[in-house]
Amino acid sequence: MSNATVIVVTSGKGGVGKTTSTAAIASALAKQGYKVCAVDFDVGLRNLDLIMGAERRVVFDLVNVVRGEASIKQALVRDKKLDNLYLLPASQTRDKDALTDEGVASVINELRMYFDWIVCDSPAGIERGATLAMRYADEAIIVSNPEVSSVRDCDRIIGLLDSKTVVAEDGGRMPKHLLITRYDVERAKLGDMLAVDDVVDILSVPLIGVVPESRDVLKASNVGLPVTLSDEASPAAKAYIEATQRLLGEDIPVTIPSEKKGLLGKLFRGRAA
Amino acid sequence: MNIMAFFGRRDDSASVAKNRLKILLEHERGGNSSSDAKLISSLREDILAVVARHINIDPDAVHLEMDRTGDTTTLGIDIELPDTDIRKSA
Repeated sequence: MSNATVIVVTSGKGGVGKTTSTAAIASALAKQGYKVCAVDFDVGLRNLDLIMGAERRVVFDLVNVVRGEASIKQALVRDKKLDNLYLLPASQTRDKDALTDEGVASVINELRMYFDWIVCDSPAGIERGATLAMRYADEAIIVSNPEVSSVRDCDRIIGLLDSKTVVAEDGGRMPKHLLITRYDVERAKLGDMLAVDDVVDILSVPLIGVVPESRDVLKASNVGLPVTLSDEASPAAKAYIEATQRLLGEDIPVTIPSEKKGLLGKLFRGRAA
Repeated sequence: MNIMAFFGRRDDSASVAKNRLKILLEHERGGNSSSDAKLISSLREDILAVVARHINIDPDAVHLEMDRTGDTTTLGIDIELPDTDIRKSA
């Protein structure tokens, strides 16, 4: 049996930062020396390749592997900067029904043999692609913006994680981590935005990190680098690196890195559910 | 900067958002919305039958609403009565 951990990065709602977070966390794990594979489950609308700057090197994809048209090793794309980081891209041309439960199970099982961490980037929604992305996960990172529709959709996703996954069907409880993205300390302080504590309180999921709204995220995507590799000093990169340390089991208080140099945001204690 | 912001008080849209979410999610998590619907439908039929024994009313004039908030559940019954001929002739 392998010691691999399969993580699903999920949210329900689109545009909250699942792909950005998948790329950032997968890269941060790889920088720690682990063998990491990021898997794009967004069949038909792949973007993880673009965010990781691997779009021109995609030959085969997840659907090809599921259908037996290519081997996993043929489909894996090695990262241009880190040689222990790989991407398994989604198909851009097929529809989301191209994935089968058995096919995904066998792909995940094989990846477990080669990697320490498998980070699955879920598509938005609660349909097949999203349920298959979470189905074989050992743990989940739930990405939410401090905004009502995003929080509501996360609550739906938590319900699915607790019912439609193999862990849940076997009577277990999937460990979940809440990652709040696009956070604005000032607006939360003024009461214009849900505060970290509000979101943690509503969803009752332990907090793994708070990523501040940062212009570095867009800049990193422009050049095809995960934000944790493009600018380590960026507040967003710091937040992702700290979240990754917590994922690895380090007990460090959650901070909100600020745009201002050398200043750390307000301290928050990660609250267990 | 307004005075609320100066004192760091949160009497504002974020707390409205939090309250709305809490109420909504409590309802959505319950998973008992279909049993609630059945209960309301049978209560409505019985209430209609009792009232109709005494008063001529339109079956569509009986409205029931169940509201779950926090620990309390309230049942609202709203019956629209006709202007004239309220009593049924014996």
